[in-house]
Amino acid sequence: MTDQEILSGLAEIVEEIAGVPADEVTPEKSFVDDLDIDSLSMVEIAVAAQDKFGVEIPDEQLKDLKTVQDVVNFVSKGV
Amino acid sequence: MSKADPAGGLLSVVVTGLGATTPLGGDVTSTWSAMLAGTSGVRRITEEWVDRLPVKIAAPAAVDPVAVVGRVQARRMDRCEQLALVAAREAWADAGAPTVDPWRLGVVVTSGIGGIGSTLAAYDTLRDKGWDRISPYTVPMLMPNGAAGWISIEFGARAGAHALVSACASGAEAIGYGIDMIRSGRADVVLAGGAEAAIMALNLGAFAVMRAMSTRNDEPERASRPWDKGRDGFVLGEGAGVVVLESQAHALARGARIYAVAAGAGYTSDAYHIAHGAPDGAGVERAIRYCLDDAGLSASQVVHVNAHATSTPEGDPLEAKAIQSALGAAASGVIVSATKSMTGHLLGGSGAVESVACILALRDRMAPPTINLDDPDDDMTIDIATKPRPLTPPADGSPMAVLNDSFGFGGHNVALAFTEYSGG
Repeated sequence: MTDQEILSGLAEIVEEIAGVPADEVTPEKSFVDDLDIDSLSMVEIAVAAQDKFGVEIPDEQLKDLKTVQDVVNFVSKGV
Repeated sequence: MSKADPAGGLLSVVVTGLGATTPLGGDVTSTWSAMLAGTSGVRRITEEWVDRLPVKIAAPAAVDPVAVVGRVQARRMDRCEQLALVAAREAWADAGAPTVDPWRLGVVVTSGIGGIGSTLAAYDTLRDKGWDRISPYTVPMLMPNGAAGWISIEFGARAGAHALVSACASGAEAIGYGIDMIRSGRADVVLAGGAEAAIMALNLGAFAVMRAMSTRNDEPERASRPWDKGRDGFVLGEGAGVVVLESQAHALARGARIYAVAAGAGYTSDAYHIAHGAPDGAGVERAIRYCLDDAGLSASQVVHVNAHATSTPEGDPLEAKAIQSALGAAASGVIVSATKSMTGHLLGGSGAVESVACILALRDRMAPPTINLDDPDDDMTIDIATKPRPLTPPADGSPMAVLNDSFGFGGHNVALAFTEYSGG
């Protein structure tokens, strides 16, 4: 799976769960500061990402995943 | 902002906004016109689980709240919270979206059961998929104060957000508490009301096993029939009602349109049985009398009562007798309506929706009908409207008053009074 594929898959999840249009989910964006996603929705996004990409995201990792690129990198390493 | 009324008494509270989403319509105007037309919101339900139940009818909300609230916000909210928010938005806009100091704006919006749909769905997810697949919003979806919280966030209300719970009296009690918040100087404006979304197998089964529900499944529109000899229980409805309460001074200062005075409330508890009203009706009678006292009204000013009357064999006559004894000789001039004949029973939403109906009855000087009353109980002494009936002001020129009764399992009795606003 390419980084671009991970990004577009993640963007779909974020749109579904948090209502942020997928084209606004770009690599440099911070989930909290730019996309206005709260910690509860972040948990839901992480679970959906685990299901979609088959990569476990432990809680202690999740708190370090601040930007869209951070998640893409994490998934990319795990795939 | 002053705490004390210049006259030294309690601050006057007025109603400046109305919101409702009910089985009859997605807003106040459509609900009220359907009520005056005598429309039933009860229908056969088609979900597959209904096959397992003796009750196959209900009165669902006419407009899906998800379409109004929006998909993303709706997935974080229980359906009862969605319905409450829809009604609150309408009431707020109807009041002219007032500018209020956030610390002077309160919320009292409640529910009888709260987020039962979310509770059931989350349990299914837990059992079938595991704890980590439950929505992280589950707790705020199932808690009965969730609607109050969401509404406080939506409107930036920081004077306190409350959710008094008293089963089917909850919506009325919320309005009573809202009146108190303004009278006591805690707030200038309060969004007050109730919501319910409980049309699910568990709830229908649980009420059915109490033998409390109508099973007139082949005639849904005729199933809710308060005071009719053929009644066989209540019909479960869903929806929400919210009113904007405001201190008279605040409303006048901003030039608000005033619907009515939220004149007072009366409360008692039966201390008798957890799910049966006390047979002497003394709790209901006193709640009405206490309400008149609280509002400073004489019984002769009361022209209309929107009764609790749920269409149960035992409850309806008890209330009729209590209205008669509370109002005494004046009862003969009072037109009584049971709008649950059309909306079904909205549980924690009913007192709020019926308060909206009371306020519109005052505005239009028109009592809504009680449908399906084909063969009334023999010993009825109260005058029940079966068609829309004009309301006539008291002969002595004093303001017209209307009452809303609401009772709940647990023995809660609440009466609210609204009067015509006659200026300054």
